[in-house]
Amino acid sequence: MQFGVFTVGDVTPDPTGGRTPTERERIKAMVAIALKAEEVGLDVFATGEHHNPPFVPSSPTTMLGYIAARTEHLILSTATTLITTNDPVKIAEDYAMLQHLADGRVDVMLGRGNTGPVYPWFGKDIRRGIDLAKENYALLRRLWREDVVDWEGTFRTPLQAFTSTPRPLDGVPPFVWHGSIRSPEIAEQAAFYGDGFFHNNIFWPADHTRRMVQLYRRRYAHHGHGRPEDAVVGLGGQVFMRKNSQDAVREFRPYFDNAPVYGHGPSLEDFTEQTPLTVGSPQQVIERTLAFRETVGDYQRQLFLMDHAGLPLKTVLEQLDILGEEVVPVLRKEFARGRPSDVPDAPTHASLRAAREVPVP
Amino acid sequence: MRLTVVSAGLSTPSSTRLLGDRLAQSVTDELAARDHLLSTEVVELRELAGDIASHLVTGFPPPRLSAAIDTVTNADGLAVVTPVFAASYSGLFKSFFDVIDPDVLTGKPVLIAATGGTARHSLVLEHAVRPLFAYLRAVVVPTAVFAASEDWGSGGDAYTDALPGRVRRAGAELAALMETRPAGGGPEDDVAALERGLADLRFD
Repeated sequence: MQFGVFTVGDVTPDPTGGRTPTERERIKAMVAIALKAEEVGLDVFATGEHHNPPFVPSSPTTMLGYIAARTEHLILSTATTLITTNDPVKIAEDYAMLQHLADGRVDVMLGRGNTGPVYPWFGKDIRRGIDLAKENYALLRRLWREDVVDWEGTFRTPLQAFTSTPRPLDGVPPFVWHGSIRSPEIAEQAAFYGDGFFHNNIFWPADHTRRMVQLYRRRYAHHGHGRPEDAVVGLGGQVFMRKNSQDAVREFRPYFDNAPVYGHGPSLEDFTEQTPLTVGSPQQVIERTLAFRETVGDYQRQLFLMDHAGLPLKTVLEQLDILGEEVVPVLRKEFARGRPSDVPDAPTHASLRAAREVPVP
Repeated sequence: MRLTVVSAGLSTPSSTRLLGDRLAQSVTDELAARDHLLSTEVVELRELAGDIASHLVTGFPPPRLSAAIDTVTNADGLAVVTPVFAASYSGLFKSFFDVIDPDVLTGKPVLIAATGGTARHSLVLEHAVRPLFAYLRAVVVPTAVFAASEDWGSGGDAYTDALPGRVRRAGAELAALMETRPAGGGPEDDVAALERGLADLRFD
């Protein structure tokens, strides 16, 4: 099982009287978080993609390429890459390029985005969001898998005799996750292609997560990719830890109360009960995270949101130390316990290349 | 059959709830006369005020609100009652219907009612509440019931029925609609419902 962090890249004032980081500081902080993730033994770093303040990561492959040069093992991913408003040709090129630079340590999580005006800013119609996700992804797959593409569709100019360069490393396209919170169409898209499905459950009750993952698993089998339990599932998580759980609650509460997305709404206690957010001791985080398996079955990737709501970098790095040293080693051991040996791991470049090289009998 | 009363009254006890109870009794009596047993549930929005605000902020309902939404969704008919605030329904009343999936009220029989200090507010039902439920594609009964303070202590006259008469007429209209509306099936397995919706979705 893979463990990692994902970041939204928000520039948020520290509500405890601290300052607002500059864009440069926030961008450098994201890099520092990625390097820390590798240092403490995590597997994945994923960055969001946004095209409006207060977010900085508009250019994920620039950042991931830089991180690739400074790491050796970390898998570089996104959360999410906008399949609706980006030109699929540019996605094909950018992520193939990143694959070569990172020696294959790359996968991509596709999503539709959550900011309405981004569609018109990029010349797209938000009412066609699902159709854009379908057509653009169908083209992206062909660009990675066929050397020469003739293509005509609804949303971009036709392509004749087009070759996307560089070609994917070793002829193996990056593994694709489809990220969604509430659209069953996206679970269906992931199932149809036999791709991964990431349910970003961090702001949602477990019951909703269970339904979406169940749907994806059933449709994965329906489309002939294997058993429901062979489907590739990823989940989010959000934690804040101190040795003493009261200290964690006391320290995190002002960040929770003022957080973008859910701040000024439910109490920390209610939100903790209703969503995966866990604020407490490392042991509490371990128990809560292990229980995700009861909701969705044995799964492949667990990403944690660690750095939003104005938390200072120093605190985030301390959190990553705790996560890497005290939490994830136990999670690896406990998740492995009772996990059937035929439940697959998340595909990596190496495993996909090996699978391709096995001669089909 | 199931009737759900949605009351947006804020005081305890409230005349809004009182009107909701009278309407429920009227529908019960009318259906009993036609040999139908009616069960009534009441959703008091006052008790859900914090949950409704949380839902607006987080995008998902806390458990108690979720149960209330199910009660509305699964009802065969609704009687909705709001106090008049600033020339319209109250914000709490509107916010509750804002967090309900706009499709679930399609075709559902609804009786609309309101309370206010003076009968001068009565057209709020026609100019604000009825269009809201028309937008939601509900079937709203012709008689909307407005109860001004004075209605609780006065009889009818040559031109207008007294409040009990209007409550009876509206209740009879809702009962007739509920009776003729085909009964909905039991709640479908969520995942099965989603799967069914995906049948036409082609990715190749």
